[in-house]
Amino acid sequence: MSDARFRRIDEWRWEIPPSGGMRVPGLLYTSEKLLKGMGADEGPKQVANVAHLPGIVKASLAMPDMHWGYGFPIGGVAAFDLDEGVVSPGGVGYDINCGCRLMTTRLQLEDIRDRLGDLVTTLFQHIPSGVGSRGKLKLSAKEEKQVLGEGSAWAVRHGYGTQADLETTEDRGVMAGADPDKVSDRALERGRDQLGTLGSGNHFLEIEVVSEIYDGTAAEAFGLEAGQICVLIHSGSRGLGYQVCDDYLAQMVKHVHEIRIPLPDRQLACARLTSDRGRDYLAAMACAANYAWANRQLLMHLTRETFEKTLGMNPRDLGMRLLYDVCHNIAKIETLPLEGKNVRLCVHRKGATRAFPPGHPALPAAYRNAGQPVLIPGDMGTGSYILAGTERAYTETFGSTCHGAGRVMSRTRAMKASRGRSIPGEMAARGVIVMASGRRTLQEEIPEAYKDLDDVVEVVHRAGLSTKVARLRALGCIKG
Amino acid sequence: MSYRVFDHTADMGIEISGETIGDVYAGAALALFDLLTDTSAVRESEERTVAVEGEDEADLLVNFLREVLYAWNGEGFLAKTCAVREISPWRLTAVLRGEPHDPARHRIRMEIKAVTYHQASVCRTAEGWMGRVVFDV
Repeated sequence: MSDARFRRIDEWRWEIPPSGGMRVPGLLYTSEKLLKGMGADEGPKQVANVAHLPGIVKASLAMPDMHWGYGFPIGGVAAFDLDEGVVSPGGVGYDINCGCRLMTTRLQLEDIRDRLGDLVTTLFQHIPSGVGSRGKLKLSAKEEKQVLGEGSAWAVRHGYGTQADLETTEDRGVMAGADPDKVSDRALERGRDQLGTLGSGNHFLEIEVVSEIYDGTAAEAFGLEAGQICVLIHSGSRGLGYQVCDDYLAQMVKHVHEIRIPLPDRQLACARLTSDRGRDYLAAMACAANYAWANRQLLMHLTRETFEKTLGMNPRDLGMRLLYDVCHNIAKIETLPLEGKNVRLCVHRKGATRAFPPGHPALPAAYRNAGQPVLIPGDMGTGSYILAGTERAYTETFGSTCHGAGRVMSRTRAMKASRGRSIPGEMAARGVIVMASGRRTLQEEIPEAYKDLDDVVEVVHRAGLSTKVARLRALGCIKG
Repeated sequence: MSYRVFDHTADMGIEISGETIGDVYAGAALALFDLLTDTSAVRESEERTVAVEGEDEADLLVNFLREVLYAWNGEGFLAKTCAVREISPWRLTAVLRGEPHDPARHRIRMEIKAVTYHQASVCRTAEGWMGRVVFDV
């Protein structure tokens, strides 16, 4: 796609005017610098492709971390009318409810400076990670179905967390409408022994320190202070989620052919929200979303245990508290403003984070004035941002913002660029201890494979889609 | 059979070429296992039959690889060879020979989450046939 097809609206927004079968325009939130970086990237073409889907409202949106995905771009947001619109498994992604969870502690950097190596090593030993990693829990068929129905609450009910953890999880860690009977035997089989595992690729667990506070009032509401030790977890629904997506996508590829929805890319296969197939997918997707929440709740529990044991502290002194848990690969039925009216829409966030504004009833009481915490992980060793949701995101982008740094380099190019280098050594020179199950993971995840996190966050902050609250610096990282 | 990995920002694509269309399907299955592990360490002690249908050659390629990938990530099976037994534009039967994953002997190089339909294609070339597919990794 040539740059001539973009029409600049203002400093942070570029439009792709409708052409061909596009039902709505494409709208990119980005900067001149990030837009230039898209060069050969097919992301903008995918934004335009999503605009072809039936029932899409307002615009096919892209956040500044947007990059070439398969079907939908990563960093894409699209909302659909419930009567005319569709749900697309590819618009959610294989890792259903992949997301982030941030925990704060009562520890300051000086409390753990000398113990950091021990902590990273024990976390690495204690938390299963890597390709196809299996957890310590072996669920019976009955238990697994309970997990799929209850989400985080199942983990809390079994002693892996507290009620307070549920308060600060998006949707309280459970998606309504989950029906385990809509999940295939293959997906159930894959989920049986993977609860409480990190996974591989870009999934990680990171020990971080609050290095900068931008908004003191919001930081106080979120329980953040400079120098505080935090832990960020990035993981999802593991093999169960991949299988749910795969199963339904294959069905829908056939289905769109039968009902004659013309698509520019098979991966955009979808079903009407009013159809049985569409409803069945949403019921199965909700199961996978709940599995992911239970998974991150268990990972948090394992982290708490490891910190207590390694540092010889009791839970009270450690004070590991869940600040928030967000999902960034999901489709949800939400009530949002559209053309001056509140309407129910099916919002797809594929590599995008919900960013609800201050005062929204979905927020826990403690955060009601500050807005929803938004967790934006960076590339390996960079740390992360905590932002707050805004009214502008609510009215302009279906209550959505970016989800991370966004890749710029393919994994093959990253492998070539990292040949002969010691990535753990380079990380150590930056003051970050890294441990990974696979050497290849570290090479594929080198920092230069990603956009500059500061650039991405600057766009959403300046465009008003979410505001900066705090910056966290990485200290130690475990990867699959 | 030969294959090459092509650049895709988020994921990983493979391009397989062969003399016959069957070579492309068999080559794609072997490429998948070659990305996962060092197949020279895999023994041929068991076999799995994979039978799939598709709406056209490209759909058939994706559906075939989805089943092949499930043999690994659903059942822990690693293949060393793949023989196509029956083929039409809409149907494919192939036999994979290999063994169950043994962590002591088989190092897994990477995770392949899924086989996508994005830009999947199978077409004739001057030399024979070529297929393309993108994996979510």
